[in-house]
Amino acid sequence: MTETDKTVKTHKTPEAEDRVKIKARRVNVFYGAAQALFDIDLDMRLNQVTALIGPSGCGKSTFLRCLNRMNDVIDGCRVEGDIYMDNQNVYDETLDVVELRARIGMVFQKPNPFPKSIYDNVAYGPRIHGMTQNKEQLDHIVKKSLRRAGLWDEVKDRLSDTGSGLSGGQQQRLCIARAIAVNPEVLLMDEPCSALDPVATAVIENLIHELRQRYTIVIVTHSMHQAARVSQKTAYFHLGELIEYGDTSDIFTRPQHEQTEAYISGKIG
Amino acid sequence: MSLSLYIMTLFGLAVFSYFLGLKRIRSVVAQQVTAQQRLVPTVPTETGQAPISPTDTTETGHAPISPTDTKQHSVDHFHGLFLALYVFLPPMLLIIIWQACAPFVTNYLLETQLVTIFGTLSQGALNIQIAQVKAVYNGSLAAHMVSEQTTLGVAYYARIQQTFSIILPVIATSFAVVGFMFAYRRIALRFPARRHIEKIAIWFMIAASVIAILATLGIILSLIFETLRFFGKVPISEFLFGLHWSPQIAIREGQAGGAGAFGAIPLLVGTFMITLIAMFVAVPIGLMSAIYLSEYATQNIRDFVKPAIEILAGIPTVVYGFFAALWVAPFMRDMGAALGLTLSSESALAAGMVMGIMIIPIISSLSDDVINAVPQSLRDGAAALGATKSETVKQVILPAALPGIMSAILLAISRAIGETMIVVMAAGVAANLTANPFEAVTTVTVQIVVLLTGDQEFDSAKTLAAFALGLLLFFMTLALNILALRIVRKYSENYE
Repeated sequence: MTETDKTVKTHKTPEAEDRVKIKARRVNVFYGAAQALFDIDLDMRLNQVTALIGPSGCGKSTFLRCLNRMNDVIDGCRVEGDIYMDNQNVYDETLDVVELRARIGMVFQKPNPFPKSIYDNVAYGPRIHGMTQNKEQLDHIVKKSLRRAGLWDEVKDRLSDTGSGLSGGQQQRLCIARAIAVNPEVLLMDEPCSALDPVATAVIENLIHELRQRYTIVIVTHSMHQAARVSQKTAYFHLGELIEYGDTSDIFTRPQHEQTEAYISGKIG
Repeated sequence: MSLSLYIMTLFGLAVFSYFLGLKRIRSVVAQQVTAQQRLVPTVPTETGQAPISPTDTTETGHAPISPTDTKQHSVDHFHGLFLALYVFLPPMLLIIIWQACAPFVTNYLLETQLVTIFGTLSQGALNIQIAQVKAVYNGSLAAHMVSEQTTLGVAYYARIQQTFSIILPVIATSFAVVGFMFAYRRIALRFPARRHIEKIAIWFMIAASVIAILATLGIILSLIFETLRFFGKVPISEFLFGLHWSPQIAIREGQAGGAGAFGAIPLLVGTFMITLIAMFVAVPIGLMSAIYLSEYATQNIRDFVKPAIEILAGIPTVVYGFFAALWVAPFMRDMGAALGLTLSSESALAAGMVMGIMIIPIISSLSDDVINAVPQSLRDGAAALGATKSETVKQVILPAALPGIMSAILLAISRAIGETMIVVMAAGVAANLTANPFEAVTTVTVQIVVLLTGDQEFDSAKTLAAFALGLLLFFMTLALNILALRIVRKYSENYE
C-alpha cells in the first residue's frame, strides 16, 4: 500500500468500487445436528463496508466467523459450501489457515487486548509473522497502526503500560490497531461497539470510514443506525437465512422484503 | 455415655420445638386473618368499588412500612427454627462450659475432702492420693489395694460425680424450658425471626473461624516456647549456621560421639536439593500435561486423562516411599553399577524423582484450571491475527496464566518441603552436607520424625530440637505461601 491514501478517495475508479473481494456461495453451517446457516450467497466488495444485520441468533456472527475460519476452533462446528477470497477458496484443504488469518483481520465484540504492554499488543502480529527485520521497522509499524486506529496521540507517552489499563473505547481501538498492524486485506468486525458508550462508538465509526479506503470491511452490528451510518451494503439475516441484500440506502429506505421492513422499523428483533 | 444420650434427647426436643413453632406462627396468622375479617365488613363502599382490606396491600406487592402493617414478617420456617435454636443452644452452651470447668471443680472438692480426711498432706502425697482415688473410681485399681482413708475419698468422689450427673441435666433442661418459653412468647406476626436466625448463623461462623485461628495460634505458640527452651540449651547461632547435624546426647558419661551437634544447615541443604530435583521432574511434566489437556486434547481424551492424573494425588505417600525404596533406588544403583560407579541405594535423586511424580497432579491440575480460566477471547484474538496454536500458548496464554501457574508451583514446593515418608525410605536419615544427588541426604521433616520416635525425654536438647526444626519449617512454608499470594495479587488483574 502506498502512503497516498488521503487522495485515494477522490481518485477511486468505479470498477474498484465494485470489485468483489470475498464471495460466499451456498454456505451452510451446522453446530452438531443443528443448522445455523442455510445456503448463504453473499458478495463483499473491495473498499466497501458490508453490514450484517438481523435479530440475535440469526447467524450473522457465525457467517462472519466463517470468513476467516474462526469456526474451525469450535467443537462440532461444520461448514459446507465455498467462500472465495480473490478467487481462492478459503476452505481449500491445502490452504494454510494461519496465512489466511494474517490476511483477514478481526475485531471482536468485547475488547480483548492481550495482557501485555500497548506496544507489544500491536507488535504481536508483525512479530509472529516475521514482518520486520529490526526494531526501527517494528516501531514504525506500531506507530503507523496506532495512528490509523486514532489512538497514537492518547498512548504515545505510555506505550509500555499494560493494554488492559485503557478505557473500553481505547482498548477496542487498540485491538483495531493490532489487527491492522499485520496489514490485512479484509477487516472483520463482530459488533465492535456493543460494549462502548456513544462517544467511543462515534470515534470507532469515524475510524471505520477512514479504514474503508484501505480495507474491505465486514461488520456485524445490532444497531441499525450504525449499519446505516457506516456501511455501503447491508445484508439482513433472519433465522440462518439471508433475507435481503443490497445498497444500504435502498435497504433502509425501500426494503423489498416485509421481514426486513419489520426489523428495521422495529416491529421485530 | 449418658451425656451423649442427653444431648440426643435435647436434639429431639429441638426438632419437636421446630414443629411447635410452625404450628404457633400458623395459628397466630389464622387469628389475625379472622380478626381482620371481623373488622372489615364485606359490603360495597359508597363509590361502588370493592372494599379495600389491609391484606390487599400484599397482593399489589406494595406493603406499606408502618407499625400497623399486618403482613407476616418471616416465613414459617424461620419461626420454627427460632424456637428450636432457643431450646437447643442454651443447654448446649451450658454443657460445653460445664465440660471445660468440671475437672477443676471436682478436683478442688476432692482435694479439700482429702485434706480433711488425712490432715495436712504434702503436695506430692496429695497428688498420689487423688490419682489413687480416680483410679479406684474408674476401676483400673482394685478397691482392696488402697487404704481405708482412700476408700473414704473414693466414696466421696463417687458422690460428687453422681450429684453432678443429676444436677447437670436438671439445670440444662431448665435452660431449655426457659429458652422455649421465651422464644414461644415472642413468635408473632411481625416478629423478625429471620433476622434473629441470620444473627445466630453469623455467630456460628464467627465461632468457627475463631476456633481455626486459635488452633493455629496455639500450635505456633507451643512451637515458639519449646524452641526458646531449645535455644536455652543450644545457641541459636549453632542451630542456624552449624554445618554438622548429629543430635545424639550422651546417655552415660563419656560416651563416644555423644556430644551432640545441632547445625541445621545439612538438613536445609538436603531439603533444598530434594525439593529442587522434585521440581525438575514435576514442573515440566505437570505443565506440559496441563497445556496439552486444556489446549490440545479433545473432550474425550480430557475426560479420561485428567482423572487418571488426579489418581496420582490419591496414592498415599508411604506407597510412593516404598516404590522409591524398593524399585527406583535399586534401579539407579544398578544403572550406576553398569556405568562403573558405586552408588548408594539411598540417594537424594531417587527420593526427589519419586517426590516429583507425586507432585505432578498438583501442578497439572491447578495449572489446567488457571489455563482454562484464561478468557477464550484472548485465544480468538491471537488466532485471528494468524498465530499458530503453540504461538498462542507461549505468548498469550502462558503469560496470562503465569500468576496462577506460579502459585501452583509454590504450593507444590511447600508440599515437597513438608514431605517426609518418601525421603525416609529413599534418601535415608544420614545428615550429609553434600551437593551430590547420588549421596544419601536427609531433610528437616525426616529429622523431626527421627528425633521424636521411640522413648524420649521431653526436656533434652534432642527432643526440643524437633520443635526448633518445626518452627523453621513453618517459617519456610509461610514465606513461600506469602510469596505465592503476592504473586497472585500482583498479576491477577492482568486480563479482564
